[in-house]
Amino acid sequence: MRLEARAHPGWRDALRAGVLALVAVMALAAGLVAVAGAPVGRTFGLVLDGAFGSVFAFTETLTRAIPLIFTGLAATIAFRARLFNIGAEGQFYAGAIAAVAVGGGALGEPSPAVFLAMMLAAAVVGALLLLGSALMKRQWGVDEVVTTLLLNFIVLLGVSALLDGPMKDPLALGWPQSVALPPELELSRLVPQTRVHSGLLIGLAAALGLWALLRFTTWGFDIRATGANVRAAAYAGVPVTRTTILVALLSGGLAGLGGAVEVAGRAGYVTLDMSPGYGYSGIVIAMLAGLHPLAVVAASVLVAGVLVGADSMSRQAGVPTYLADAVVAGALLSVLAAAMLSRYRLRFDTR
Amino acid sequence: MNAVLDLLVSVPFWVAVLRVATPLVFGTLGVLWCERAGVLNLGIEGLMVAGAFSGWFAVYLGLPLWAGVLVAAGVAALFGVLHAFLTVTLALSQHVAGLGITMLATALSYFAYRVAFPKVSTPPTVTPFAPMDWLPIPVLREQTPLTLLALVLVPLLAWVLYRTPAGLALRMAGENPKAVDSQGISVARVRYAAVVSGSALMGVAGAFLTLAAFNAFFFNMVNGRGWVCVALVVFAGWQPGKALLGALLFGFFDALQLRLQQADAGALPHQVYLMLPYVLSIVALVVASRRARAPQALMKPYIAGER
Amino acid sequence: MRGITRRFGDVVANDGVSLDLHAGEVLALLGENGAGKSTLMAILFGHCVPDAGSVEVSGRPLPSGDTRAALAAGIGMVHQHFTLADNLTVLDNVMLGTERLGSLVTRRAAARARLDEVARASGLSVNADARVADLSVGERQRVEILKALYRGARVLVLDEPTAVLTPQESDGLFATVRLLVAQGTAVIFISHKLDEVMAVSHRVMVLRAGRCVAEAATAATNKAELARWMVGEAVAGLDTAPLPCSPVPPGAPRRLVVTDLVARGTRTRLDRVSFDIAAGEILGIAGVSGNGQALLAEVLAGVAEADAGHVTVDGEPLPEGPRAVARHGVARVPEDRQSVGVVGDLPVWENLCAEALAAPVLSRWGWVRRGAARAYAQAALRAFDVRGATLDRRTHALSGGNIQKLVLARVLQRADGQLPRVIVAHQPTWGLDVGAVAFVHGLLRSARDAGAAVLLVSDDLDEIERLADRIAVMSHGRLGTARATASWTREQLGLAMAGEASEVPHAA
Repeated sequence: MRLEARAHPGWRDALRAGVLALVAVMALAAGLVAVAGAPVGRTFGLVLDGAFGSVFAFTETLTRAIPLIFTGLAATIAFRARLFNIGAEGQFYAGAIAAVAVGGGALGEPSPAVFLAMMLAAAVVGALLLLGSALMKRQWGVDEVVTTLLLNFIVLLGVSALLDGPMKDPLALGWPQSVALPPELELSRLVPQTRVHSGLLIGLAAALGLWALLRFTTWGFDIRATGANVRAAAYAGVPVTRTTILVALLSGGLAGLGGAVEVAGRAGYVTLDMSPGYGYSGIVIAMLAGLHPLAVVAASVLVAGVLVGADSMSRQAGVPTYLADAVVAGALLSVLAAAMLSRYRLRFDTR
Repeated sequence: MNAVLDLLVSVPFWVAVLRVATPLVFGTLGVLWCERAGVLNLGIEGLMVAGAFSGWFAVYLGLPLWAGVLVAAGVAALFGVLHAFLTVTLALSQHVAGLGITMLATALSYFAYRVAFPKVSTPPTVTPFAPMDWLPIPVLREQTPLTLLALVLVPLLAWVLYRTPAGLALRMAGENPKAVDSQGISVARVRYAAVVSGSALMGVAGAFLTLAAFNAFFFNMVNGRGWVCVALVVFAGWQPGKALLGALLFGFFDALQLRLQQADAGALPHQVYLMLPYVLSIVALVVASRRARAPQALMKPYIAGER
Repeated sequence: MRGITRRFGDVVANDGVSLDLHAGEVLALLGENGAGKSTLMAILFGHCVPDAGSVEVSGRPLPSGDTRAALAAGIGMVHQHFTLADNLTVLDNVMLGTERLGSLVTRRAAARARLDEVARASGLSVNADARVADLSVGERQRVEILKALYRGARVLVLDEPTAVLTPQESDGLFATVRLLVAQGTAVIFISHKLDEVMAVSHRVMVLRAGRCVAEAATAATNKAELARWMVGEAVAGLDTAPLPCSPVPPGAPRRLVVTDLVARGTRTRLDRVSFDIAAGEILGIAGVSGNGQALLAEVLAGVAEADAGHVTVDGEPLPEGPRAVARHGVARVPEDRQSVGVVGDLPVWENLCAEALAAPVLSRWGWVRRGAARAYAQAALRAFDVRGATLDRRTHALSGGNIQKLVLARVLQRADGQLPRVIVAHQPTWGLDVGAVAFVHGLLRSARDAGAAVLLVSDDLDEIERLADRIAVMSHGRLGTARATASWTREQLGLAMAGEASEVPHAA
């Protein structure tokens, strides 16, 4: 079995590969549902219904998509520059706790300035975390994949310590959660009686901004060149170190900002389970979006739909929600394989 | 100070050290085996979960303990085949493929667990491996046979790696796959074999958690130990002997942090102590990376016939 | 080998090629890049399956696509790019694949003894326990040859073996070849260097565009005829008489001055290198690759740092960093155009603007002036006749020759409209076909005539002799004195390249 480049890859090959990926994912999902003993068709229907079946369902999907947009963008900008940021989960939590620390009364009365400071603090904290890993890579050649991963656990423990101690909400009856943000600093609802909040607009703005940065600016060129071929980029005069630092700041900042937006838009306080793996899902979303910032929005809504739909379905049909995680992971691998198979063919001979 | 010295000579402490180190030995050897052949296997975190679940579940269903270990190895090996297909045949990014497999394996394991036990809040237990009372050696006799297996595997794998033709081919595949190809040996076959067998070891690491260290499967059981193994491989300079050393060192500090936590109750939040192993892993990684001599073809896919 | 045919997509790499080889003879396989030599040998060695044709060794048919069968039949290949693992020892590298993979024991002592025996028989000495990373290039090639001989090769294929050797080391290789041939080994010698082909082979076979166009006994032909077969038309000036260079006017200002440059690379170094180039002059730096030329080019390109010494351009010190160097009027043509010259995944227009993107002409406050940039790119593409390039095409889709034209367009027709003051060209025509080579040489000459100082670093002595006004030789990090091209003989160049300088030039 080996790969052989197709002579003239065309849209037909891409389409065929895409269909193959879709079929594979569907088969996986159907198989899992069958193992759980539920009727396949009805279960799929419940998932779709729970995700997009009503206006309320759709707003739920959008609400779930908001943090995914941020972590997806964070992964996108990082991976574009070949900086493998797997630490978005930790940066997310760090941003959330920083936002609550700043907005929870440290800077006095709530005001637009405090709100801005809150968001900025969250971005800065997330950025610094990733910068640490990036500098370790630059200085000592330490692979950032492992350091960012390990930092996730360290950050989570740190947040847990803060929630048990200095930032604990005294009114929460022993449940570890942080002090709450004053309601003035929370993000307003976009649609009344639903949970979707104006963080969505911030996310959309971030996606647009990132797209414009990559496509129209010199820094965007620097980032893309560094990620595509760092030696050639350096030769052409791209300031590689400065670019990598910029990318680390942007990526970590976006993830941290995502945490702040999530806190301000949803509960208003930080808990240890506020992120069911948004950081890791962000990586999947980035790859599904082909590392394109605008496509990240679409991919986020799609993945959020799967997650929300599975939650809703699970309440009714009893199939565990981990179905969604498995499907998302399977989709990642299928899409990657399909992308490769659209440009190469599998030959089953010796040479 | 006296307390620390007392600790260092107490048998229960070293028993704990070995117990923490054992899954790391299996896991690190597994990652090492794959990386020596040129393939980074970031699926380890997920494969440990899958091994933990499948091994435990097999025993829960009535199979003997060693059969459970084999099941764990087998399930992980299947994921290994998938990883090898994605990275060796399809030449996809080894980072992303590995992370995808971790996510998939973890999700599938949790899914299967919830399907099998939809309503339990306390995980059902099995009878784990019994300590080896029949052994006259002090610290070892409190360990399970899996620890003995881990200790035996280290020199065994070292011998295969350095003293057999297959081991030479494996090392070559990780250094210069073109050399392997030009001697008529299929690079793909060598790498597939390495990834599948390395993955099996990772599965056994997971099985240790549910069949020896604890007696049940619960969520977040692996808790980053897989990533620690990846860091330990760099620390070990890709050598089996040093991998054992690294695992023991990590076990030492982990057991130490637990004792310190218990002794020092109240002064520092317990989370700080729990952080220690991860921080140490990063430190070990930094220290080792400065003088690391990685296999030269690590993470470079080889497409046969390409000149 | 009979009637070998092999296609890759639309390209016919081999078209009905037949080859006969007898014991104790050296057959030279000659051809330009892309003529089909490598494919033919890949088929012989089992790396590639022919679409048609057959191979027989000693009367027995050889199964295609089976490297192990080829090895067992006694075919040994010494690749151009060594297939050795740096981190392992010589013995490890030699032993790979010689014992059954399923075997539980490895016989190192016996292998070592056999290796010593083979080494003695072929006159090649080597330390079995040395780490390959510590060996010199010549020693590594010896290991490659020993690998083949250890496995009992009766047919030895040498693929461009002298590309990395000094003329003296090449002589050593030829001596080894003659020794082996006397023992009955058959050798296929792949090369595009006509001198070597005439010196060492008994028969010659010329491939062009996948077909065998000529076969002759070496004694019955000459270089001009070989060149004609290789290229298909009469090639002027092949007797290496240098083209008449326009003499540099005595008062011409010295544009590039390098004084006592000291630098250290991973395996090479620069040891107080000094030279200067006047406006309107081409200085050629000759030498076997690996003696510091690449490091010199990198320092001048701003990609490597010097530890000591001065470099001035028109009297001003050269700034640090590639971007500043480029802005200072230095046109840099890197050795590896595919992986260092351009970023393959990016579109053509972005690669053309790459160096100058920060300049006010192409951007403002970080916002790229797409219209202006694309217009500049289009004009440059047209002026330099870059084929197959539309502005948005992925750059790696272009052929090697067109990528080189793109790189030259970028540095010679600058976005800010200035002419380059200094040109640093490192192997500018490596791997290009004859037409592209002529084009590039023409560009360098006209840039020189427009007043630029050109530094030409090349492995190809023919190229240096044809283009340069003065030649200096680099060896072991030291640069010899630069002398007018006409005053060098090939022998002097060879000696200088090996580090044995002859002080007094023979009367020109």
